[in-house]
Amino acid sequence: MRRLSLLLVVAATLTASCTSSTQSNGERTVVLVTHDSFTVEQSVLDRFRADTGIKVDVRKSGDAGALTTQLVLTKAAPIGDVAFGVDNTFASRALAEGVFAEYRPADADKGPQKFAVDGLNRLTAVDVGDVCVNVDLATLAGRELATPTSFEDLADARYKDMLVIEDPATSSPGLAFLMATVAHYGAKDWPNYWKRLKDNGVKVVAGWEEAYTQEFSGSSGKGPRPLVVSYASSPSAEVGTDGKPRTAAVLDTCFRQVEYAGVLAGAKNQDDARKVVDFLISETFQKLVAESMYVYPVRDGIALPEAWQKASPRPESPASLPAEDIQANRERWIEQWRTVVRG
Amino acid sequence: MAHGRPGLTGALAAAAVPLGFLAVFFLWPVAAIVQLGLGDGLGAVLLAPSTWKIVGFTLGQAAAATAVAVITGMPVAFLIARTSLRGNAFIRAAVMVPFVLPTVVVGLAFRSLFGEGGPVAIILANAFFNVAVVARTVAALWSHVDRRAEDAARSLGASRLRTFTSVTLPVLRPAISSAAAVVFLFCATSFGVVLLLGGGEYATLETEIYLRTVQLFDLTGAAALSLLQITSVVAVLVIGAVLRRRSTTLRLRGRADTTRRPAGGEWGIVAAAYLVVLALFVPIASLVAKSFESGLDGYRALGGTGFRGSLQVTGWEAVLNSLRAATDATLLALVLGGISCVALVTLGRTRARPSLVEGIDTALMLPLGVSAVTVGFGYLITLHLLPGDLRTSPLLVPLAQALVVTPLVIRTLLPVLRAIDTRLRQAAATLGAAPLRVWREVDLPLAARSFVAATAFAFAVALGEFGATSFLARPESATLPVVIGRLVARPGELNNQMAYACCTLLMLVTVAIVIVVDRLRVGSVGEF
Repeated sequence: MRRLSLLLVVAATLTASCTSSTQSNGERTVVLVTHDSFTVEQSVLDRFRADTGIKVDVRKSGDAGALTTQLVLTKAAPIGDVAFGVDNTFASRALAEGVFAEYRPADADKGPQKFAVDGLNRLTAVDVGDVCVNVDLATLAGRELATPTSFEDLADARYKDMLVIEDPATSSPGLAFLMATVAHYGAKDWPNYWKRLKDNGVKVVAGWEEAYTQEFSGSSGKGPRPLVVSYASSPSAEVGTDGKPRTAAVLDTCFRQVEYAGVLAGAKNQDDARKVVDFLISETFQKLVAESMYVYPVRDGIALPEAWQKASPRPESPASLPAEDIQANRERWIEQWRTVVRG
Repeated sequence: MAHGRPGLTGALAAAAVPLGFLAVFFLWPVAAIVQLGLGDGLGAVLLAPSTWKIVGFTLGQAAAATAVAVITGMPVAFLIARTSLRGNAFIRAAVMVPFVLPTVVVGLAFRSLFGEGGPVAIILANAFFNVAVVARTVAALWSHVDRRAEDAARSLGASRLRTFTSVTLPVLRPAISSAAAVVFLFCATSFGVVLLLGGGEYATLETEIYLRTVQLFDLTGAAALSLLQITSVVAVLVIGAVLRRRSTTLRLRGRADTTRRPAGGEWGIVAAAYLVVLALFVPIASLVAKSFESGLDGYRALGGTGFRGSLQVTGWEAVLNSLRAATDATLLALVLGGISCVALVTLGRTRARPSLVEGIDTALMLPLGVSAVTVGFGYLITLHLLPGDLRTSPLLVPLAQALVVTPLVIRTLLPVLRAIDTRLRQAAATLGAAPLRVWREVDLPLAARSFVAATAFAFAVALGEFGATSFLARPESATLPVVIGRLVARPGELNNQMAYACCTLLMLVTVAIVIVVDRLRVGSVGEF
């Protein structure tokens, strides 16, 4: 009996220390709805609060797809004021559904505008993450093979049974790689390329974790395959103790994923929400995105961290597709891909 | 109201609490999201052969995994309920470990054990997660069952097997079918396991609902599949309820009277139980081994926030957050589950129709068998209509978890409460005890073990909860499963090490908590 009441006392103190989300002192709060990968040091948000008087409340939910779905479902009664993390593969859906309000930040011309998706300026680009094939340099060198440099190389018999990819139906990098091949080979020829990849022993898994941490030989998992679909930024995390990169991205196989922020159309607090969008493309925040989220800043003149300059240079000309094309064909491409690769 | 003659009104009033909760936090959101998708395309999805293939695979793998979990769980139940061997307290806690592990790491462990994955790996992984449900639910009843009936059968010349099939099994059947129903629902809605081990080739209703809702924004297709899911779950639950209908009154005993040293052929069952526990340890050990791959680096990193600050909390803060969230959810679930049990049992003792009791019982089980995606998105389009926009409130986490835990509590407690001899209660009432005192003096002591088991379950579910919390967790309140998920999804050796160190930590916390809970003396629970 004594023990149980002790447990209850502990529980009560734990519960009491839970913060409540209600605002009592009339403080200005902006709710930022974002995806699971969003990271920012609390100190940065505290400084923003000191500068502007705005407290940013971060709410994470799922991946870019889940986030977009939530925003669309709640557009009549938004769960926040500003959203970050809708990417170019989902942007059309959010725009067509009228989730975002028009807003063009003053700094838009300092880089973000290059990635604009919408004539009405409802979305502002915040960062770019390129999906590319990664190679395990040591393993390839050990087999006396050159590093592959193109899509064609991946289907070449020299690299038989070496590539592992993610299923485009269940994984966002998987979908990006599929779209890279669509952009490269065109709407008619890409299925043939995939037939060749299949004949060359490409392995498909459901998600990035299995592909990268288990199948790929260049990660801590030391898997069997030296080629994997990952991100241009991944090699920066695989630098050896000698400071030399152990993996590299094949820069001609990249697909550009741009992440956007925007003010929600039903936001209660439009003015302060806009200031948060300004903040996301400000120099302060743009300097942080590489280290905290493994993505490239969109703002001009932001230097990459040192480890990145050697291991993860920015892809020069990644493939991309118009957002409305993606929206219109996503399901059909995935179906076609399934027929070719699984069929 | 006469002493000891529980009234229908009182029982219905008690039942209104959990049913009201269910209506607001489950039925309404699900109905709203399904209604959004009602449209012309519904029939086409329902008639497509591919849909039925998915339904077949969903039910097939769930049935197979349930069979494996029941067959492997029974010897373990015998071990912890019927024997007084050393180390049983640890085994009771250890079997709960799989229950809390994030799917992603278990999936990865099974992939490294089975190479490719595929249906066999999916079934075994699902069974791995759920052996504890069978072992603990059945043991909760078994540890209170009088041994003398078995002894009598044996002395009359029945073989061990005959004694088991004609004396023991009929008594345990309500608990076994209870556990099987829960396991089946868990397996039918498993999501991560199917994705990871199916390599994208195998789809269940759950993965397909997710794909259609999130990737393709095909609400009509998702609604059609949700309806199918609900229908098949209700069918399974009704069958389960019918199987449980023949609950027998038993002579329940205190726990101390029912454990013995195993004798003769019983050692065979004990050996089988140890084999099962060993098998459970294989994937667990591989996770622990991974956390030590580069010495203690992963553990040292727990004091920080991951490689380049991938997390916003340290590993230790995540432990505290986990405990805090789990405690809240457990208390809430125990209250709701407790009230539901009392209501159902009392209703069963009145002249209420059995079908009414079964209907309420089945309704409360529903949340286990319906897609978290459906419920989660349902919350988004309904809960803002309640005062205080619960959609973004930290309160929603324990509320959502209570939805899952309550049925578990009911399934654990109910078989025992139903088996209590009414004559004991009538005797107490005749001697002048008020209804509450009858509960305290008769029912509670006899159901003590199962109350403890229910608490342990509730805690384990809440500790391992990833779905609901990742949907809502704020960065500063990230729990261990959320942290593990985030670390595994990032490149870099240290992140990976830290993820597995967090897993080990989660296991240790779980074992510690379950051992503490198991030692609680609930017999005196009536005193507070």
